[in-house]
Amino acid sequence: MENLLKLSAETLAKIDEVVPKYPQKRSAALMVIHLVQDELGAVDDTACEWIAKRLELQPINIKELITFYPMLRENPWGRKHVRVCRTLPCALRGSYGTCKTFEKMLGVKEGHVREDGEYSLEFMECLADCGQGPVVIVDEKTYENIEGERATKFAELLLDGKLDGVEEFKSYEESLNQQIPKQ
Amino acid sequence: MSEQSPKERRIILKYADDPAYSNRIDCYLRVGGYQNLKKAFAMKPEEVGEEVLKSGVRGRGGAGFPAGMKWKFLDRKSGKPIYLICNADESEPGTFKDRQIMYKDPHQLIEGMMISAYAIGASQAFIYIRAEFHEGARILNRAISEAKDKGFCGNNILGSDFSCDLVVHRGAGAYICGEETGLIESLEGKRPNPRIKPPYFPAVLGLYQCPTIVNNVETLCNVRHIIEMGGDEFAKIGKPNNTGTRIWCVSGQVMKPGYYEFECGALTLGQMIFDVCGGLRPGRSLKAVIPGGSSAKVLRADERFSGTLKDGTAFDWGLGDIPLDFDGPMSAGSMSGSGGIIVMDDTVDIVQAMANINAFYAHESCGQCTPCREGSLWMRKITQRMCSGGARKEDADLLLSVAKQIEGRTICAFGEAAAWPTQSFVTKFKDDFINKASETAENRDPKSLQLI
Ligand SMILES: Cc1cc2nc3c(=O)[nH]c(=O)nc-3n(C[C@H](O)[C@H](O)[C@H](O)COP(=O)(O)O)c2cc1C
Ligand code: SF4
Ligand code: FES
Repeated sequence: MENLLKLSAETLAKIDEVVPKYPQKRSAALMVIHLVQDELGAVDDTACEWIAKRLELQPINIKELITFYPMLRENPWGRKHVRVCRTLPCALRGSYGTCKTFEKMLGVKEGHVREDGEYSLEFMECLADCGQGPVVIVDEKTYENIEGERATKFAELLLDGKLDGVEEFKSYEESLNQQIPKQ
Repeated sequence: MSEQSPKERRIILKYADDPAYSNRIDCYLRVGGYQNLKKAFAMKPEEVGEEVLKSGVRGRGGAGFPAGMKWKFLDRKSGKPIYLICNADESEPGTFKDRQIMYKDPHQLIEGMMISAYAIGASQAFIYIRAEFHEGARILNRAISEAKDKGFCGNNILGSDFSCDLVVHRGAGAYICGEETGLIESLEGKRPNPRIKPPYFPAVLGLYQCPTIVNNVETLCNVRHIIEMGGDEFAKIGKPNNTGTRIWCVSGQVMKPGYYEFECGALTLGQMIFDVCGGLRPGRSLKAVIPGGSSAKVLRADERFSGTLKDGTAFDWGLGDIPLDFDGPMSAGSMSGSGGIIVMDDTVDIVQAMANINAFYAHESCGQCTPCREGSLWMRKITQRMCSGGARKEDADLLLSVAKQIEGRTICAFGEAAAWPTQSFVTKFKDDFINKASETAENRDPKSLQLI
């Protein structure tokens, strides 16, 4: 198939690997869309057509998914995408304040991408980590209890590109125990 | 990570937070991992199903339907392939237990699934995981490949002629994919529009119109322990008809929110909030609790609940007396749902809390049924208007009438999930809704947090 989208060899290989895992090709749609979106940032009409062809579907079969699922995009988010949980448990711990702090400090309105494309901000529904709210996801990492002064400090570190490795903002993912103990 | 309470009985989360444990297969094998798969494979598939039936284990995803019974409904005569799907969408607000299992002890789930697949005769299984769990999907994929290398999953499991492939499938941020028929549509590569039951009971007409079992992550993990203990022994944990442990997720305004695993009925809602979770913040009093995820009906702190239990005993409870099991919150007119307990103290503006919940349902309705699509939007609009200075005395009744037109008139249970919060909030806190009309910038409670 013609590589109109200029997808990397790695993404193409991943697509070739994932499609045959399903009893029916159409089932692979979401997974293929994720792979394309992860590389291109969004799934535009050309991408829809390409994916549809790959799965022997009509472009509308892909388009209707992009327009339904909240995490699928026709336009890309910013280079750093910040998600704040909006739902009640997080709101009860101050997530509306967190979102406002981020709007001010990152210079972008909720639901939008900053003009320079650097940051985007999104208020999301429950991220299934409600015990440690307000929950914030930056790209793929989940940060907990981001509220009040911690939210301000978090945004400062994020803006300075210094968030990684800061102990008090260790993400849920990085806190997992990966060690293999002795026998 | 939440601090473990000394009174917990951890079965599912036994190793999850052990500092000497990781999510790799070596750790799992060290603590007896996959031994129960061997035990199950020495039994006949029907015998495995029989143990699950005897255990009485009820589904942990929300509806609490006995898993063994659901498996019995499977259409085995059709000759079509049978599928097993693990519902790892974990999207009910207030719920964060499946996350702990998948990120910290994924092999427990894989073992539970392979035993279940063997019991129901499925040669293809899926884990449908919400897309926000990026790392979770990677952890599961790594665990599956570790399990395949050792012959615990995939082709010819344990050298037998039984094979079952396991595929991790990612959603894309839609709550309705947690509803099992919506999930199936999504897994078929379509919009997750739920299917009408009857006729589309997954056990008969599920994935690709083939018999399909959909179970929650925690339910499937329990299967592994049922095989270890035997169904009868498992049934001794907890209470009759409420067997095993449950992982309760407490969020909101308590000192120590977190996930806590207890035997069913081992403690009351009051003990959970005031003892295990360290109570409320200093100087605060309790206003309301939602006991089973945001779809469950709210309980008012000063409510009395009375009636007779299924076994005929009379009860008269305050909110703190409600036993934490399946039947307790149900007897109090709500439900234990997904186990998500959301606590609100006296600083909460109830109308704002309602508006927050309504915004969730309005955002998540799939839009197929007019009452749900339009009703959820109107409930959001009305409560949002009420919170931005436009409240009217008649809004309470208006909200109730909208909710009433949704309940029972929709394709899936999302309709009830959207209507119940409004029905319970407005009925139980009617004064708060009526008084909203006379709220001004001067008399607004300055303590109350913005929730919408
Ligand atoms: C609107 C809606 C959302 C649901 N979300 C979930 C979910 O996120 N996770 C889950 O396990 N079950 C969810 N369920 C319940 C499933 O439909 C299904 O009953 C469950 O996965 C069956 O598994 P169990 O019997 O092991 O509980 C939801 C149901 C409804 C109506
Ligand atoms: S009740 Fe709501 S979510 Fe369920 S099928 Fe109807 S419109 Fe969709
Ligand atoms: S409400 Fe924020 S993670 Fe659940």
